[in-house]
Amino acid sequence: MSAAAATSVPLTAKDFATDQEVRWCPGCGDYSILAQVQKIMPGIGVPKENIVIISGIGCSSRFPYYINTFGMHSIHGRATAIASGLKATRPELSVWIVTGDGDSLSIGGNHTIHLLRRNFDVNVLMFNNQIYGLTKGQYSPTSEQQKITKSTPFGSIDHPFNPAALAMGADASFVGRSMDRDPKHLQYMLTRSHQHKGASFLEIYQNCNIFNDGAFEVFTEKSSKADEALFLEQGKPLVFGATQNKGIKLDGLKPVVVELGNGVSADDLWIHDERDFFKAQLLVRLFDDPNKEGGHYPRPFGVFFETDRACYEDVMSMQIEETIATKGKGDLDKLLRGKEVWEII
Amino acid sequence: MTRKEELLQDVVIKFAGDSGDGMQLTGQQFTNNTALLGIDLATFPDFPAEIRAPIGTLPGVSGFQLRFSSDMVYTPGDHCDVLVAMNAAALKVNLKSIKPGGKIIANVDGFDNKNLRLANYPDGVNPLEDGSLDAYDLTTVDVTKLTREALKDFTELGTKERDRAKNMFVLGLIYWMYNRTLDSTIDFLTEKFGKKPGILQSNIKVLQAGYNYGDTTEAFTTRYKVEKARMKSGLYRSIMGNQALSMGLIAASQKSGLPIFLGTYPITPASDILHELSKHKAFGVRTFQAEDEIAGITSAIGASYGGSLGVTTTSGPGMALKSEAMGLAVMLEIPLLIVNIQRGGPSTGLPTKTEQSDLMQAYYGRNGECPMPIIAAATPSDCFDVAYEAVRIAVQHMTPVILLSDGYIANGAEPWKFPVSAELQPIEVKFKKQLDEGEEKFLPYKRDEKLVRPWAVPGTAGLEHRIGGLEKQDVTGNVSYDQDNHQHMVKTRQAKVDKIADYIPLQTLDSGPQKGKVLVLGWGSTYGAIKSAVAELQAEGKAVSHAHLRYVKPFPRNLGEIIRNFDKVLIPEINNGQLVRIIRDEFLVDAKGYNKIMGVPITKSELLDAIEAML
Repeated sequence: MSAAAATSVPLTAKDFATDQEVRWCPGCGDYSILAQVQKIMPGIGVPKENIVIISGIGCSSRFPYYINTFGMHSIHGRATAIASGLKATRPELSVWIVTGDGDSLSIGGNHTIHLLRRNFDVNVLMFNNQIYGLTKGQYSPTSEQQKITKSTPFGSIDHPFNPAALAMGADASFVGRSMDRDPKHLQYMLTRSHQHKGASFLEIYQNCNIFNDGAFEVFTEKSSKADEALFLEQGKPLVFGATQNKGIKLDGLKPVVVELGNGVSADDLWIHDERDFFKAQLLVRLFDDPNKEGGHYPRPFGVFFETDRACYEDVMSMQIEETIATKGKGDLDKLLRGKEVWEII
Repeated sequence: MTRKEELLQDVVIKFAGDSGDGMQLTGQQFTNNTALLGIDLATFPDFPAEIRAPIGTLPGVSGFQLRFSSDMVYTPGDHCDVLVAMNAAALKVNLKSIKPGGKIIANVDGFDNKNLRLANYPDGVNPLEDGSLDAYDLTTVDVTKLTREALKDFTELGTKERDRAKNMFVLGLIYWMYNRTLDSTIDFLTEKFGKKPGILQSNIKVLQAGYNYGDTTEAFTTRYKVEKARMKSGLYRSIMGNQALSMGLIAASQKSGLPIFLGTYPITPASDILHELSKHKAFGVRTFQAEDEIAGITSAIGASYGGSLGVTTTSGPGMALKSEAMGLAVMLEIPLLIVNIQRGGPSTGLPTKTEQSDLMQAYYGRNGECPMPIIAAATPSDCFDVAYEAVRIAVQHMTPVILLSDGYIANGAEPWKFPVSAELQPIEVKFKKQLDEGEEKFLPYKRDEKLVRPWAVPGTAGLEHRIGGLEKQDVTGNVSYDQDNHQHMVKTRQAKVDKIADYIPLQTLDSGPQKGKVLVLGWGSTYGAIKSAVAELQAEGKAVSHAHLRYVKPFPRNLGEIIRNFDKVLIPEINNGQLVRIIRDEFLVDAKGYNKIMGVPITKSELLDAIEAML
């Protein structure tokens, strides 16, 4: 969350649109994400001029051109590092990083984990479409094994990343997942990301209808969504299914899918607690291939984990303030002179 | 016993030993002591890349050469008058650099069978005993034994800890030899070991023992004195290149009102800038040890974008990693300082050895047409002025700037007539705060007479805009793939950098007539060697002049004119010929190179030969 003061003139989503023609392919999931971001922006209590969107390279990274705030479309994989320098020097700004699965997990993977561990107060929106779109259809670090793409005509042999687990592994202080095709949920998750003080890592499933159409349709289509998607709610049991007929309970450390009824009630189920670090570790691992035969876990959406941890930029500022408070402001002439001088007459 | 006291004008002394023997510290202490007396000096620390190479071996030798003089000196000297050799390997490595008849002070204990074997002397051969050093003035001292003896009452210290003070014995002895007092080193030790009284007292004790040894033993018959140098009047301090560079940045930050953000990744020989800047939080300096070189520069870009003075520091291989981001900074047209403390390459190359290896990389090492101004430091204290000037150019011309220094000047020390802050030219910064009259919309790529675009930072209401690495439409900054626009923008970015030549001083000759036979044209750390060699030839009445470039890109407007006033141009460089190619290309002259690529500076004597051959 930014410390910036509330804006005085009420704005609308339209104020966040630019005069630039949006150039994503018709039907791209990015349109919905852009619309939801523009919708929540007027309500987050940050003046427009204090919002900065920084992106890397890829389809998602065209984002800044379409939103009327400060923005930078940078180079491949480095948005996180650029944002780190900006936030370190301008803690009062609300900094958003828009990135994709290739940008943030492949070429920029190193910066992503370090941003998360340092816990800059920024929001990472990671559009995951499990494909390289802008370079026209190669597999990405989140593509499933055996995937046939332009660069893997015999099927991908790469084991894919589990982005939420990676973020947990990097000690992110906020980890969540949402999807392009559920505007309400996405708006909620964007707002939560913003409200979190610290680095928020939000994975957004985004459909690339050109190169990887339907990658997430089991989670987004009406016919399968209820059975395959598990929506996490704080303090509520893990329940899913067309008639809210299924749930997950914990058998020791093992999550077990159960049918409700026949003596199994919601009281027996795993109650979601965003603040429970250990349970979050299990939750991010509910990552089965939905086509897996013989039963599988549903894919969770929502806030997996949130914790409070000091932000890098705050501690950095504090060190400076404390030094000045104890030693006084730096005196340039004293510095130039040093400890030992001699005079030539 | 009567002792002679001899007045000397110029002394070169080299402390050499194993990398664990503390020779760098010894050299620095002697440097400091010398500087405080107002004697001019130049230093050349030379150490291996390994923190602890195998003890006693030839690759493990660490040396610190110091020249001090009552005349002005510009190099640490080609050969040494005195070599302090702590072991056999140190003698072997440095024997060729001692002047004929020079003095060798050898630590006997470092010449036992084991050390001789490690230094690859044949079985049964000990240079201290076989007469092979008869041409030198050899004095042997059993430093280890005398150190242990001096510390026999320090029962709480183990043998290892006692032996670690050996370098203080040598330092004390050399202090005696050159008529010094121990005060500066005692002050240093007190500050360093104030909280460890045992270590402090033992070091002082050994230092005094070394001094007293010189006083009482009959091995040394002469004490020497070097008088104050005739330097310009004023207040001086001793300064090393990386330290001066850090101070230049802080001074520029204070004078421009822009807080410094250093995004960097540790790399030899640039890391000392990070170490130095990280101390100065009281000046609001933010240092960020990034996860890699790329994050170093990109975080600095982020900081500059936000209105800070973004700086990144590195050396050759790190520079290569930063090149894509430099291109981004060129496209964004924001101020940024990229400091390259050059070292031997390619690849990891010679991390601790000096080389002017990256001029070509700075000029051409990026994708696309990607011009950036380049500025180079010539001496340790010059690093201050050059850093200050680099910031001025970056901020006033909205451009990334490359600053080239190298390992030799980064670690070298010299006296510095430091400025007072009031003398420093202010650096004016113009942030765009609002739309001007008649402006309906903010145009991020609308340029002024210098072809410079406005700097509008996040947080400025009404100036929200988007920039990026894609080609931009002139004036609006919107993405543009238009063919004519691209040609126009490439030309404009080049013209903007070329125009900086209107805002830098004209080139002057460092010495010599305006016209003549040979112009020696240098850049960077070859300054001292060229200056000394040219001065000697001029004294002999030869028509030689010296020009030294600070502004390497763009060149000063009159450089071509200067070059054409001479029959021949010689360009000495510690590389395989980089500036020479650029000069030939730019001015179509038959400039010749003198190139040394041995990881060490060019000496005066070899340059004398090279210049004479052209006369």
